[in-house]
Amino acid sequence: MARYFIRRVLSLIPTLFVIVTLSFFLIRLAPGGPFAREKAVPEIILQNLLKRYHMDEPLWNQYVRYLGDVVRWDFGPSFRYRDLTVNEMIDSGLPISMLLGVTSLVMAVVSGVAVGIVSALKQNKWPDYVAVSLAVIGISVPLFVLGPILQLFVGLRWKILPMGQWISTHGWKAIILPALTLSFPYFAYIARLSRASILEVLRSDYIRTARAKGLKESVVVWKHVLKGALLPVVTYLGPAFSGIVVGSVVVETVFLIPGIGRPFVQSAINRDYTLIMGEVVVYSVILVVANLLVDIIYGFLDPRISYK
Amino acid sequence: MTDEVILQVKDLKTYFTVDEGVVKAVDGVSFDLHKGETLGIVGESGCGKSVTNLSIINMIPSPPGKIVGGKVLFHDKDLLAMSPSEIRHIRGNKISMIFQDPMTSLNPFLKVSTQMVETIVLHQGLSKAAAKEKAIEMLKLAGIPAPEKRIDQYPHQFSGGMRQRVMIAMSLSCNPEILIADEPTSALDVTIQAQILELIQELTTRLGTAVILITHSLGVVAGTCDTLCVMYAGRVVERGITDEVFAEPKHPYTQGLIHSVPRLDRDNTDRLFSIQGQPPNVIDLPDCCPFYPRCEKAMDICKKKYPKIAHFDQGRAVSCWLYSGGKDE
Repeated sequence: MARYFIRRVLSLIPTLFVIVTLSFFLIRLAPGGPFAREKAVPEIILQNLLKRYHMDEPLWNQYVRYLGDVVRWDFGPSFRYRDLTVNEMIDSGLPISMLLGVTSLVMAVVSGVAVGIVSALKQNKWPDYVAVSLAVIGISVPLFVLGPILQLFVGLRWKILPMGQWISTHGWKAIILPALTLSFPYFAYIARLSRASILEVLRSDYIRTARAKGLKESVVVWKHVLKGALLPVVTYLGPAFSGIVVGSVVVETVFLIPGIGRPFVQSAINRDYTLIMGEVVVYSVILVVANLLVDIIYGFLDPRISYK
Repeated sequence: MTDEVILQVKDLKTYFTVDEGVVKAVDGVSFDLHKGETLGIVGESGCGKSVTNLSIINMIPSPPGKIVGGKVLFHDKDLLAMSPSEIRHIRGNKISMIFQDPMTSLNPFLKVSTQMVETIVLHQGLSKAAAKEKAIEMLKLAGIPAPEKRIDQYPHQFSGGMRQRVMIAMSLSCNPEILIADEPTSALDVTIQAQILELIQELTTRLGTAVILITHSLGVVAGTCDTLCVMYAGRVVERGITDEVFAEPKHPYTQGLIHSVPRLDRDNTDRLFSIQGQPPNVIDLPDCCPFYPRCEKAMDICKKKYPKIAHFDQGRAVSCWLYSGGKDE
C-alpha cells in the first residue's frame, strides 16, 4: 500500500511535465498574444514589454526558464493584471473556489445518493418519477439560467438570501445560493448514477441470497446493496471534484465570487500566458491528486482490489 | 425418509406478465415432500423449475411475476399467505436455498464471517462470538480447510467449488428442515460437481434435512434423489419414486429424457437419441398438452385438452392421455 502510494505520487511528476510542456507550446500556437490590442502598441513600448517578460528570447529559453520557475512553484507575473503575480491570484482565489466547490460537492453527493436510493427502491412509482424528472432538469438546465432564477426569487423578491458576492461581504449566508446552483447538475448526475447502479445490484445473485437468508429488506439494502452500488459514485468523485473546483466559471460570474474560475477563462481570452499556465498546473495537480485519493478509497471499499 | 409430509405444494401457479402476454412459468404444480426426503426436479431450461422453488419461499420478483394460485403448506401453514415478517422467519431458517452460480451468490464486499454470522444471529439468537464458532464448525463440516482463518476472508479468495461449500455451510447453519438446491453444480467443474453433491447428501442425511434438488441432469437425480418430478412447460408431467421412474418411465417425455442419456454399458455405434423439436413458447399457451408437437405417441385429444393426472401406486402420477383413458371426458 505504501509502495503503491509512493509510486503513484512519483508518477505525478512525468504527468505534470507533459501537461506543462503541451500547454506551454499550445498556448503560444494560438494567434494573438498578451500585448495584442485593437489599437496597436507603439513598437518601442512593445519591445520593452517583451523584454520585461523575457519574451524576446528564443522560445526554447523561455520554456526552460518557465520549467525552472514551475518547479519552485513560481508562476511569474500576470501579463494582464500588472500589479499581481499569478501566485497571488491563485492564493487568493483558490481557497474561495475550493470552499464553494467542496460545499457544492458535499451537497450534491448527500442529496444525489439519497434521491438515488429512494428512486431505485421505489422504481416506477411516483417518488421515482419525481426524482428522475428532477435529474433530467438538473442535467439540462444551464447554470446561467438556474443561477439568475434563484437570484431573482430567493434574493430579489423574497429577500431571503444575498443575491451575490462572497462571505467577506455577507457572511456565511452568501455561500448558499451559489453552492446550490453549482451542485445541481452534479446532484442530478449522482442521483442517476446511484439509481442505476443500485437497481443493478438489487437484481444481482448475492442480493437474492441475502433475501433467501430471511434478512429484512432494510438490512439487505443498507448492508448488502449500498457498498457495492456506491462504488461508481466514488469513481465519479475524482473528476467531479476537480471539475467543480475550477469549473465554477459561470457561477462565479453570476454571483460575483472572487474565485479562480473567472480569471481562468479571462486569461485564455486575454492570452495571459502565465496565468493560463498557472491555472492549468493547479487544475492538473488537483485532478491527479483527486484521482489518486479516489483510487486509494476504492482499495478500502472493494476488497477485491489490492495495491502492491 | 419418513411418511411425515413437511411440505405440500398444491396446484401452484406463478405467472409473469410481459409485453407479449402472460408467461405461465408455473401452471398447476403439485408435489409432496417428506421429512428427510430428497426430491429431484428435472426438466429443460425454462420449464419452471427455479420459479417453482422461488415461489415456495415467496421470492418471486413482483412485478412482473405473481403467484396467482395454489398453496404451499409447510407443516400445514400456507407460506404464500404469510406476512413478510413471518415468511422471513422461515427463509434461511426452516427452508434455505443454495443457488447455481457460487461465483456471484456471495456478497463480494462482505467477509464470509459477516455473511454467515448475520444469518445465525438472526435466526438462532446467538451472540456474535457464538455464531462465529458455529459458522466455523459448519465450514469445517463442509470441508473447508483451516476454517478459522478462511472465515475472515472475502469470497473472491475462494475458488468456485469452495464458494459453493461456503454456501452449503451457510444454508445449513440454522438446521433447516428443507434445503432447496437450485442447480448447485451446474456452474462447477465435473470433478467438483461429484464432491459437492456428495457433500450435500452427506450433510443433509446427517442433519435429517429434506432436499429439493433442481437439476437438468438425470444422472444426478438417479444418484441422489429418492423421488423425482419431471417438469415440462410449467407443469409436472410425471412424478414418482426415482428407481421406478427410471425402470419404467410412463410419460413419453420422461421416456425420451431417459433415452437420451448417453450410457457406457450400451453399444455406442448408434447416434445418441434426442427428443425432436424445441420446448414450446410458454407465452399464452393454449389448453392442450404442450408436449404433443414433439411426442411420438401424440393423439388427436392431445391437441385439444390438457390431460388429467393419472395416479398409480406409491405416489406415481402421470399427466398423459395415454393413461387418462384417452377419449373419456
